[in-house]
Amino acid sequence: MTLATLGEQEYPPDDATPATWSSAGQPRLPEHAAPLPRLLAGLAEGRSRSAGLEAHERRFGPLPLPEDAWVDATGWNLGESGRHRRGRRSRAHQARSARRAATRLIDVAERSGLTGRGGAGFPTGRKLRSVAEGSGPTVVVANGAEGEPASRKDRVLLTRAPHLVLDGITLAAFAVGATRAYLAVHDELRLVAGLEATIAARSVAGIDPVPIEVVGIEPRYTASEQTSIVQYLNGGPALPTFTPPRTHERGVAGRPTAVNNVETLAHLALIARYGDRWFRQAGLPASPGTALVTVSGDVAFPAVYEIELGTPVGDAVNRAGGPTERPRAVLMGGYFGTWLPAGLAWPAPMSHPGLREVGAAMGAGILIVLGESSCGLAETARVLRYLADEGAGQCGPCIFGLPALADAMAELAFGGDPTAARRVAGLVRLVEGRGACRHPDGAASLASSAISAFAPDVRWHAGRGACHGVRRPPVLPVPSDLEYW
Amino acid sequence: MSLRLRVNMIKCTGHGLCAELMPEFIGLDPWGYPIVPRADVPEDLADLAPRAVSDCPTLALLLDRGDRD
Repeated sequence: MTLATLGEQEYPPDDATPATWSSAGQPRLPEHAAPLPRLLAGLAEGRSRSAGLEAHERRFGPLPLPEDAWVDATGWNLGESGRHRRGRRSRAHQARSARRAATRLIDVAERSGLTGRGGAGFPTGRKLRSVAEGSGPTVVVANGAEGEPASRKDRVLLTRAPHLVLDGITLAAFAVGATRAYLAVHDELRLVAGLEATIAARSVAGIDPVPIEVVGIEPRYTASEQTSIVQYLNGGPALPTFTPPRTHERGVAGRPTAVNNVETLAHLALIARYGDRWFRQAGLPASPGTALVTVSGDVAFPAVYEIELGTPVGDAVNRAGGPTERPRAVLMGGYFGTWLPAGLAWPAPMSHPGLREVGAAMGAGILIVLGESSCGLAETARVLRYLADEGAGQCGPCIFGLPALADAMAELAFGGDPTAARRVAGLVRLVEGRGACRHPDGAASLASSAISAFAPDVRWHAGRGACHGVRRPPVLPVPSDLEYW
Repeated sequence: MSLRLRVNMIKCTGHGLCAELMPEFIGLDPWGYPIVPRADVPEDLADLAPRAVSDCPTLALLLDRGDRD
């Protein structure tokens, strides 16, 4: 097995600028001196297909794992006892140095300020540390099963830069000493087969000591929730479970399990190479780095863009070619998210604290622009119906409350029922925080933010019924074989 | 010592026994599922809380004891 060598002193190269990194005999990476793009560096050259392993290593350098990190077929060389003891004394020495390297990798991840890019924004270093400190063997799960219909970032990464994600999985497995690693994606033949082929190519090159297993998850909204994936890997249905226990305490096979979004792991792959200072060269001190955002709706070029955290929402929209008509509102964070009036959203910095200040959340970096000719209430009603149908069907308040919420919003948008807005507000309070997972909370946030962001429309609809905007083709995508009016 | 009640909503099927036992503290939503305040159980109901937990037909009610929060 040939693992990329990286002298222990330089691992991880936290204070190495790209220049000193290349002088150490590594491939030159001039493009990394510029802050952007990072994860999508391979795409900037107009590459239309997934980067091959060779191109990936030429661009980013080899995977920075210490050579003695892995003991063939037995596990990471991190333990002091048991199976490693039969070797020579140097084995124990190697184990100590590998363990130190793993700890330093977590240190660098922590110092980088990287936070989870799946939506919750939990500090990645802290998550890895708590799993690493758990007892016994651990498990790493990469979550690429993006359930948000308006998000494409995970798919873009998995199809255009899969090696960054796979590097990140292996690095996370090394950091926490995991002996099992999974990559959860939508259960689509081409996606799964493509990733399996990529993993096979890496295994021929001997890159990933822990075999990475691709797991197809049904593309339902709540199936991509982390407890759903863990329950599925444990042989159960892909449905959310009651917490605690949290997955980092007891996850797959009852072991401490680190579930990370695939974008988070791709960032980790770069942080391990270029260090935390490099990572912080982009973004804000409190929200460092870059993030992938999916910009869609009434914009000229809906697509996935890599932005520095802290970029104003308006700039992100302009990256997508700008609005195609006068923008009315922005849906931030996807269907778990928050409607913001365009004027409030435009200057807001895209970061967890920046958006929290205006009452929204970053979510998984989803940004949907709604133009003036659309009806925000009708759009919300359709999405609420979709969310009601997509519930896991486990918790009463969600089973009964979400359809009632969707009904009330529909009566407001299409029927002009003057009492509907009040019923929406009442149902929001009834479902919020009452599920095992946060699905009802997401629907509640969407509904209540629609009532306040579209307040003038609420008054109009209450008095006169449906506006002409309800006849416009829907802007928010709802993946379904059903007709949602 | 503080007592807090939590519901495992996946297990709960809305029998409503807990609300019947402690109507001062636990309410029911329009669909018959308990609304449990995220607050300490009042001291005068402290004896009833463990009973509500053990009487729950689906074992969905949980009692946290501790000085935390």
